[in-house]
Amino acid sequence: MADTPKPEELSKIDHAPPLMEGWMDVPAEIRPGIYCYGAKAKNLAAVGMPNARDWNPADEDWKLPDNWEQIVEEGMKDRLDKYRSFKLFMDICVRCGACADKCHFFIGSGDPKNMPVMRAELLRSVYRKKFTAAGKILGKIAGARKLTEEVLKEWWTYLYQCTECRRCSVFCPYGIDMAEITIMGRELTNLLGLNIDWIAGPVANCNRTGNHLGIQPHAYKDMIDFFVDEIEEVTGIRVEPDLNRKGAEILFVTPSGDVFADPGTYTAMGYLMLFHYLKSQGLDITWSTYASEGGNFGFFTSHEMAKRLNAKMYAEAKRLGVKWILGGECGHMWRVVHQYMNTWNGPADFLEEPVSPITGTKFETATGTKMVHIIEFTADLMRNNRLKLDPSRNDNLIVTFHDSCNTSRGMGFLEEPRYVIKNVCNNFYEMPPNTIREQTFCCGSGSGLNAGEDMELRMRGGLPRANAVKHVHEKYGVNMLSCICALDRAVLPTSLGYWVPEVAVTGVHEMVANALVFEGEKERTTNLRGEPLPGMEEEE
Amino acid sequence: MNFILGMVIAAIGMGPVVMIPLVGVGLLKLNFFFGVIVPYAALAIFVIGMIYRVMNWSRSPVPYRIPTTAGQEFSYPWIKSNPIDNPKNTYGVVARMIFEVLTFRSLFRHTKLEYRNTETGPKIDYEWEKWLWLAALAFHYSFLVIFLRHFRFFMDPVPGFVLILEKLDGFMQLGLLPINGLGAPGVYLTDMLLMLALTYLLLRRIYIPQVRYISLPADYFPLFLILTLGTTGILMRYLIRVDITAVKELAIGLFTFHPVAPAGIGVIFYVHLFCLCVLISYFPFSKLCHMAGIFLSPTRNLANTSRIVRHVNPWNYPVKFHTYEAYENEFREHMIEAGLPVEKGLDSEPAKEAEE
Repeated sequence: MADTPKPEELSKIDHAPPLMEGWMDVPAEIRPGIYCYGAKAKNLAAVGMPNARDWNPADEDWKLPDNWEQIVEEGMKDRLDKYRSFKLFMDICVRCGACADKCHFFIGSGDPKNMPVMRAELLRSVYRKKFTAAGKILGKIAGARKLTEEVLKEWWTYLYQCTECRRCSVFCPYGIDMAEITIMGRELTNLLGLNIDWIAGPVANCNRTGNHLGIQPHAYKDMIDFFVDEIEEVTGIRVEPDLNRKGAEILFVTPSGDVFADPGTYTAMGYLMLFHYLKSQGLDITWSTYASEGGNFGFFTSHEMAKRLNAKMYAEAKRLGVKWILGGECGHMWRVVHQYMNTWNGPADFLEEPVSPITGTKFETATGTKMVHIIEFTADLMRNNRLKLDPSRNDNLIVTFHDSCNTSRGMGFLEEPRYVIKNVCNNFYEMPPNTIREQTFCCGSGSGLNAGEDMELRMRGGLPRANAVKHVHEKYGVNMLSCICALDRAVLPTSLGYWVPEVAVTGVHEMVANALVFEGEKERTTNLRGEPLPGMEEEE
Repeated sequence: MNFILGMVIAAIGMGPVVMIPLVGVGLLKLNFFFGVIVPYAALAIFVIGMIYRVMNWSRSPVPYRIPTTAGQEFSYPWIKSNPIDNPKNTYGVVARMIFEVLTFRSLFRHTKLEYRNTETGPKIDYEWEKWLWLAALAFHYSFLVIFLRHFRFFMDPVPGFVLILEKLDGFMQLGLLPINGLGAPGVYLTDMLLMLALTYLLLRRIYIPQVRYISLPADYFPLFLILTLGTTGILMRYLIRVDITAVKELAIGLFTFHPVAPAGIGVIFYVHLFCLCVLISYFPFSKLCHMAGIFLSPTRNLANTSRIVRHVNPWNYPVKFHTYEAYENEFREHMIEAGLPVEKGLDSEPAKEAEE
C-alpha cells in the first residue's frame, strides 16, 4: 500500500491541463494510492461474473479474454440499444465545459481526465469509432479512436475514479449524467472481469451472507446483542430487538456498515433505541439477517448484479409477511430503492401502502415501493410530537449536515433530515450553498472506492467536502458533521481526520437517540459514545 | 491532437465551404445548382437526418426512471417542495423542460472554481460565472431572431411578426446613428450579439485551459461555420450589396416550390447560402443535434415519482438470486444455536442444494 502524501503535499494542485498536448494518446498512469486492487477470482466466481481470475492492475498483462475487444463492442451495442440515456449521452455533448470543475476528483487531483466531460469522452471516442460514420471514416479528426488495450486500461483507471455522484449532471445543460456513463462503462469492464476487489468482495459476501461484510447470522445477532448491552449501560434501558421474526408489521433494512464499525454503530444503536421507545406506542418491527444489507455494491458492478442483491429485500418482506419496509440511513441504498427497486423487483403487491402505526400518517411518497426512509418516519413522529426530546443533550455539538449525493440528486431528500436534526440539536450551521443540497460534494469514496489502497485518491476526492467543513469549522466552530449515509460514516472520519481533524462524524439517528428521553431511564451522564453529556463533565 | 491542430483542421474544413460556392457560382455559373438544388438537398438531409436521429434515440427504451433531482422532493404537506427542479408530475416536467430549453436553467447554475493553496491549507471557492450562460443565451436567441427576420425574404408580403422583430431588433438605429449620413442601414442588435457571443464562445474555448483541452475540431468547426455565415450576412447588408430583389425572388421560389435562380445576385450571397446549407446538413451528424436531444434527456424529462408509481422496464428479465432457503441451509445450525428463528429444523429432510 502506498504512503499517502501529507495534506500540504496533496494540496499542491494544478488545474490547468497541458497546453500543447492532446489527450487521445496519453496512456493512463496506474499509480499506487490511486487505483484499487483487482477483483479476486473467488469473488467473481462466487456470483458467476465473467473472466474470474486473480489479476493485478499494476501488471502489464491483465489476463483478458482473447476476444475482449469483441466483447466490449457487443456489450456497448447491447447497452446503446437498451438505454436511451447511454445513446443520447454519447451523442449530444457540446463540450461546453460547464461540468469540468464540478467534479470532486478533478478539484482534488487536477487530472484533466477527471473532468466529467473528459471521462465521458474516453468512452465517446471509442463509440464514434465503432458506431458513427464520421468516426469510422475520419478517425481522430472526428474525435474517434480505436479501442486498444491502452485505451481499455485508461477507461478502467478513470471509471474507477468516478463515484457516480451526479454532481456534474446538475450543471449540464442537457442533463448528461456521468454516473450513468460510468455505470455503463463499469458494466463493460465487468464483462472482462475487470472489477476491483473492494466491490467484488462485498458483492460476493452480500450474495451469500446477506451483507457486504460477510457477517453470518449468528454473528449478526451477537453484534446486535452487544449494542443492547451498550445501550443499557448508557440509558439503563434494555431494548429488545427482533431478528427474522415472522408476522411483524414492518421489516427494517439498513446498511451493514453501521452494524460493524464506529461511528455507524452509534447510529445502529440509535435505531434500536427509537424502535424500543415506540414499542409501547404500537411499533412492531423486525430486522433480518438474510436481508441484512441496505447498501448495494452490485450497483457498482452491473444493473443485473444490483438487481440480484436487491431482490432479497422484497423476498424477505414476503417471507416474513410484513406490511411494509423501513430503510435506514444510507446513500446509494436509497438511490437504488428509490429509482430502481420497484422497476427491478416489483410490483410489491404483497405489501401494503405504508402507514405509520404511531401517527397514522400515510406515507404518500412510498405508495409504490412500500419502503419508507427512516428519516421520513422520524420526521413525522417529531411533527406529531410523539417523541420526548431533550436537544440540550447534544449541546456539546456544533453541527453541520452533509447531504449524500444519492439522496439529494437521486431523490431530492433535502429538508427531511434538516428537520430532524434541528429537532435534536440546538447548534446547526449550513455549509456554503455551492456545497450542499443538490450541489453537495461527494465524500470522495463512494461507489465502492472506499478501499485502503486508494487512500490518496480518496483524500483528493474528499477535499472539496472537507474544505467546506473546514470553512464552517473556522467560522462557527462546527465540530460535528452529520450525515444520513453509512458510507459517509465509514469514510468521512478518515478524510476529515486528514483535512480538518477537529470535526467528527455522526449519523442523524445517533443524535436522535441521544436526545430521546425514555420513561424510566437512569440519569444519563454520557452519550452513546461514552462521552460526557454537556454539564456532566464534572461528575465524570 | 493539441488545440492548434484542432483549429487548423476545423479551418481546413472551412476551406471547401467557402471555395465551392466561389468556384461553383463565380466561375462555373452554377447558379441553379447552388441556389436551388443544394438548399433543397440540405433541407432534406436536415429533416430526414434529424427525424432519423430522434427515432434512433427513441428506439432505445428508458428502462429506469433516473431524473437528476435538483431540489426538494414532493414530501409531507408541511415541507415545501420544488416542483420545477424536482417535478412530481408531468406539469412539473413540462415546466422544467421549458425552463431548461428557453432559459438554460442548468447552465445558469454554472460557477467557476477558484483554487488557492494558502499557508493554512487549500481554499476552494466557487465564483460567480454567468458569462457562459449569457453568451450561450445571446447566441441562441440572436440566431433565432435572425432566422425569423429572414422570413422577410421568403414571404411576400412580409409577415407582421417579422416587421415587429425588425423594429425591435433595429431600435439601435435611432440611438446610434441619428444621422443616417453614411447611408448605412439600421444596425441590428442581434447581428452584433451573435457575432460577439460567437467570438466569446470561441475565445473561451481557446483561453480557458480545461475547455481548450477538451475541444475537438468538431467544436471549432461549427463556430467557424456560423461565424462565416454571420460575416457574409453582415457584409451583404453593410458593405457588399447584392441584388435584394433577385434574392427575394430566389427565396420565395424555394419557399413556394417554384424554384428559380435569377442571375446577377452576387457570389457572396451564394457563399452565405452554402454556409447555411452545410450548417443544417451538419446538424444530424454532429453535436448540434443537442437541439433535439435535450428533449429526450432522461435526467430532465422524467418526474420523480419512482417510489409512488412503478416504472416499467420493457426488457426487465428475471434474475437468479440467493434465496432465503439456500441461506438457511448454509447457516441453519448456527442460527438455531443463536436462537434465531428458522423455517426447518435440523432433523428435517436435507434441503435442496443452494441455487448458486
